[in-house]
Amino acid sequence: MTKAWDTTSEHLLRELAPQVLGAVARRFRDFVSAEDAVQEAMIAAFTQWPEEGIPDNPRGWLIQVASRRMTDQLRSEIARRQRETAVAGELETAAITVDIETDMDPNDTLILLFMCCHPALTPSSAIALTLRAVGGLTTAEIANAFLVPEATMAQRISRAKQNIKASGVQFQLPTREERAQRLRSVLHVLYLIFNEGYTSSSGTQLQRLELSREGIRLTRSMHVLLPDDPEIAGLLSLMLLTDARRAARTGANEELVPLDKQDRSLWNRGAISEGTDLLTSALSKGAVGPYQLQAAIAAVHDEATRPEDTDWPQILALYELLKRVSPNPMVTLNHAIAAAMVHGPSKGLELIRALDTDSRLSEHYRLHAVRGHLLEMTGDYESAIKHYRIAAGRTTSIPEQNYLMTQAARLAERTTQ
Amino acid sequence: MKYILMMNSMRAGHGVPQWPQKDLQAHIAFMIGLDEELRQSGELVSAEGLSFPDQAKLVRAGKNGVPITDGVFPESKEFLAGFWIIDVEKPERAYAVAAKVSAAPGLGGAPLNMPIEVRPIMSAPPPEML
Repeated sequence: MTKAWDTTSEHLLRELAPQVLGAVARRFRDFVSAEDAVQEAMIAAFTQWPEEGIPDNPRGWLIQVASRRMTDQLRSEIARRQRETAVAGELETAAITVDIETDMDPNDTLILLFMCCHPALTPSSAIALTLRAVGGLTTAEIANAFLVPEATMAQRISRAKQNIKASGVQFQLPTREERAQRLRSVLHVLYLIFNEGYTSSSGTQLQRLELSREGIRLTRSMHVLLPDDPEIAGLLSLMLLTDARRAARTGANEELVPLDKQDRSLWNRGAISEGTDLLTSALSKGAVGPYQLQAAIAAVHDEATRPEDTDWPQILALYELLKRVSPNPMVTLNHAIAAAMVHGPSKGLELIRALDTDSRLSEHYRLHAVRGHLLEMTGDYESAIKHYRIAAGRTTSIPEQNYLMTQAARLAERTTQ
Repeated sequence: MKYILMMNSMRAGHGVPQWPQKDLQAHIAFMIGLDEELRQSGELVSAEGLSFPDQAKLVRAGKNGVPITDGVFPESKEFLAGFWIIDVEKPERAYAVAAKVSAAPGLGGAPLNMPIEVRPIMSAPPPEML
């Protein structure tokens, strides 16, 4: 008997992808080919299941299809190399008799995440490979999400796998010594996937919304596997607390709406309470890291019913901690905004002066955007307009550019009145 | 990060290059090879060559939005001959590809050293926090 395909089926199929890949890769001891075979099995399922119904044992079905591809490929490879027929025969019996289906390891998803987010890969190739191998997305879907041709994306994924092969990573969990650093890479890749979808969530690019959902889903499955890691919980919480504001983040014409102008009734209360609960339990574990701190800042924003209710002293204290735990110029910039909200704009301006000599940020549009904002707070509209316009000229984002130009135009109108 | 590489090598009034067969073939092979290389590296978004300037029309809206077409102006010094859109990790990589395009072989196989304009393509806003 088969079950009919419905809206949850796609989710089920994606959840199975890393389990199937884990089993097949382990059985054939070849991650690179197994990944291709599983992708083919996934595509077969996506075309057949909606029409024929979901098989009784969907996992077994996928493993069967993928293994058949692997065996076919191996057989033709062996024939090509003209090896002794004995090897081919042996392989055939092995594939039939060994029941791969019972070979389940709950760590497979984790092993795959560590592999696909290996520091030897560039961020964009790690993202693509993770989405395909762990997320169960097809190459076409990934290409669509990143607005590049499918052939280009296929090539990017294939090169990523070759890099993994060349770096000699085994299909196993990293050693205890490696673990912390490798975990950082995994969390970074998941964060980038989420952000890619979140920041580009405009109406014209609806399909890209899937990426933030995918980022949340993958982080959630990692949290289920390692529930005691506070930074994984922190990242999941940060994603939920940020994503909760998505509906309010853009206006009717897809223009960016800053936090203090957002319609807070549009915020997703369910996501906020889930994120807050996760964070509370993560913080109680005592190992505070940058994701938990960023989640805590997001939580303080989310709990204010009106912008004027925002607990800025609390946010300032959190940024001070974040500056110590993970210092970088963007944190300094956000810290300056919080300081301006607590102690007045001149304090903020004083703090960002230090960034003028930081080569990572001195030419960056964001420094000018923040300076424009702080100067506007002091009432120096003329200088504020100047910095908003410099920032507008330097950003590479159209929504951001529109926002900054509008800020300058708004102040210009006020000064001439 | 996506970049557009614009090759502004054509001059108004000039038609197709009149190079010997060998040089033409070397140039064509170079361009095809470059596209293939960018596809293989997983960086190519699109690449297009444009027709020669004598095929170009300048269009403006007339009354009631009726298009008014005109020939291109001979005083225009340079025309866009083609472009590549690539998706790369760092701006330096975009500059390296541009330098390669610039050195495409011309007459006698000598590098053309064409100026290639490299510009970032506007994208979604960056994350609010790091």
